[in-house]
Formats: sequence, structure tokens, C-alpha cells
Amino acid sequence: MSTTFNRYFGELRKTRIWRSVFRGGTGQSTLRNSMAIQQNVFLHLLPTKVRTRMIDFNATWYLGTLTLGTFGILVITGILLMLYYHPSAPQAYADTKDLQFVVSSGQFLRNLHRWSAHAMVFLVFAHMFRVFYRGAYRPPREFNWVIGVILLLVTLLLSYTGYLLPWDQLAFWAITVGSNIASAVPIMGDKVRFLMLGGHFVNANALLRFYVLHCMILPLAALFFIAIHFWRIRKDGGLYTRHSEPDAVMTTAPAERPL
Amino acid sequence: MADEKQQRVQTAANPGVDRREFFLRLGLGSMGIAAAGTAVFAYQFLSPNVLYEPSPVVNMGKPESYQLDSVTLDVDARIFVVHNNEGFFALSAVCTHLGCLTAWKPDLGIIACPCHGSKFAMFQPPGKKPGEKFDGPAPKPLPWLKMWLSDEGELIVDRSEEIRPEQFVRV
Repeated sequence: MSTTFNRYFGELRKTRIWRSVFRGGTGQSTLRNSMAIQQNVFLHLLPTKVRTRMIDFNATWYLGTLTLGTFGILVITGILLMLYYHPSAPQAYADTKDLQFVVSSGQFLRNLHRWSAHAMVFLVFAHMFRVFYRGAYRPPREFNWVIGVILLLVTLLLSYTGYLLPWDQLAFWAITVGSNIASAVPIMGDKVRFLMLGGHFVNANALLRFYVLHCMILPLAALFFIAIHFWRIRKDGGLYTRHSEPDAVMTTAPAERPL
Repeated sequence: MADEKQQRVQTAANPGVDRREFFLRLGLGSMGIAAAGTAVFAYQFLSPNVLYEPSPVVNMGKPESYQLDSVTLDVDARIFVVHNNEGFFALSAVCTHLGCLTAWKPDLGIIACPCHGSKFAMFQPPGKKPGEKFDGPAPKPLPWLKMWLSDEGELIVDRSEEIRPEQFVRV
């Protein structure tokens, strides 16, 4: 079956349309393989050449990739939830209930969105702990650590803005407390809270602002920084593994080396 | 090359600023002004000029509807109306810690916040004014709010106006 597949795929790759999309051309040479990566807008963010040990589970526990996976689930389920959700004070709570009890697969999508959100926050922290205790934040990767901290903040803000959208008691009081924490900023604290809520209370303006932040501004910010984050891995010499450790670490007994 | 060099020769009249430098500064300066203007417009755009929020002045009804030594929470107005021996007064029910709605605890004679455990005096503990914090993270006492009697004999509270404690409306 695989030969049949390969034959048809080979034919497909020779067609003019395929060649117009993927310029790399056919063949299995190292040059062709690297061109396939370099000439693809998505793949070119990644290193052209990766050692097998770098994509070993032990190297990273796949925490960053899993975080991206949850982000992907959140984008897809989030867009679907948007089809039934009106960000207005009279409708938001009823729409949330409709998603749970009336819309086909609505409960599944909403729960998937919710659990993926929790998982994403957990995975971001796990990823950061892993990077921190491995010392993978050290030069030349220090800027990518900073990008990672920004992505942590974006993740937490996504979590926080999404909290208000069900428009129930928990959401209302959580955002009341959270926005009051924001007003503890020296001098301009009350102004920050006013701009955040679009008023003095958590009401219709606040719901709409949080909706726009949650569905538009913050996901775009996340995508922007994720792209830089991945591209920097390539630019900073690939993923950080045991073999990237400084010589001092590598000369210690294997048992004492970090995984 | 020779022409360019000649052009960039600094004259004695304006040392350090040739024409190219002048236009560069002019361009950067105007872009800076435009950026500052954009920041101002962005700030103004994000601050709503009209708010459809409830009026801070609320009508709390006839004084007779409040029994002596009673504490009544109005959830919508977020205030307590208290009637004791001295008269009537209104107390904000919004916790001064992080804005949760506090609750009247009749069995303890105090006001308590469900969010982070702040406790405010009412009839208990002795020696504390109503609204004064005696436990928990709240930084300030619950403010006393301006209250008066309307021409129709109803209690009116202005929630935007805080007053010194222990000023009562006597009916």
C-alpha cells in the first residue's frame, strides 16, 4: 500500500500546481529536504536540521509542543463557541446555558475549551519550570526566556478575560476582585481599572471589552509572540538538551547530570 | 560621491546640523508628535464619555419600614440601612478590600465579607463604631454615606458622598 501511496504522491509532486506551491522539487537529497523546510512559511520558523536526540521525549518532555497543542484546541473550540455566544449583558449567561443544554455538542466544546485552558496554564508553568531547572534560559537563549515570560502573561490574561464571559456570579465577583487588584497600581490605579472595565462597575461595557480582549487582541498577541518564540529556538542553536550543557556539567559523572 | 561630500560640509552658521540632519530631525520630530497625539486619542477613545450606570442617589423608602435595631442590606444598591437608638444611617456594603459585597451577621452583630474574611463592627464588638474594621485584610472602614429625608418623607442615600461617621438621620 505504501508503494502505491508513494507512487501517487510522487506523481502529485511532479504536477505543475504542486510545483507552483512547493518550490523545493522532488528528490530526497539533503538539499531538497532542507529546502522543503526553508521555503515553507510555517516550517521555516523551525530549525532546518534537528538531531534525533533533540526531539527525544527526555529532552523537553514535549511541554512546549503540548502547550501549543492546547492553544490550537482553544482557538478551534473558541471560534466554534463564538458562533452561539452574544457578549451582551442580557444574553451572555443564557447563551452559556444554551451551549451546555441546547446546542449539539455545545457542552463538549465548552468543556473542552475550559479544560484545555486549565491544561494550558498548567503546561506553561511546567514548561517554564523545566526550562528554569535545566538552566535553558542562559545565554544565548535569554531573550527567548523573556518572550516566554510575555507568553506566560498573555496566557494568564487570556485565562482572566475568559473568566468573565459566562457572566455568572463567580465570573462577576472574580472580575470585581481582580479589577480592584488592578486599582492598587500607584497613582493611576483607578484610571487603569476604569479603562479596563469601561466604567466604574463590572457591567455591559466590561463584558464587551473582555470579550474583545479574549477573542481578538490577546490571541493575536499570543500568535505574534509564539512565532517569535519558535523562530528564536532556531536562531539560538536549537532546543536545549543534555548535550547543550556547558563542558563543566558534561565532565561530571553521568548520574549527576541533569536529564 | 564628491557632490555628496560637498553637500554635507557643515557651515559655520549652523554647526553640526546640515540639511540632511535637519530634515531627519524634522521627520522624526513630527512622527514623535503624531505618536504622542495618537496616544492621547487612544486614551480618550478608550475612556467612555457617557456611562449608562445607575444613579448614585437611591430611594430607600419610608423610615417606618425599618424596625428599631435592624440592619437591612439592599443587594442592588449595595448599602446597609441601619436603624438604631440614635436614628437612621447608611453604610456602604462594598468591602474596602477588593470590592466584594459584605453580609450582615445577625447572630454575631457584625458585618463580614465572604471573600477574604474582613470583619466590620455593627453592634459588636463593644467600643467600635459601626463600619469600623476589626479583623481581616480590609484597609479602611466601611464608609458612611450621606442620607437625608425627601419631601415625601422617604430616606434618600447618595452613594457617591461619604460622610464622617456617626451622623444620623432622626425622624
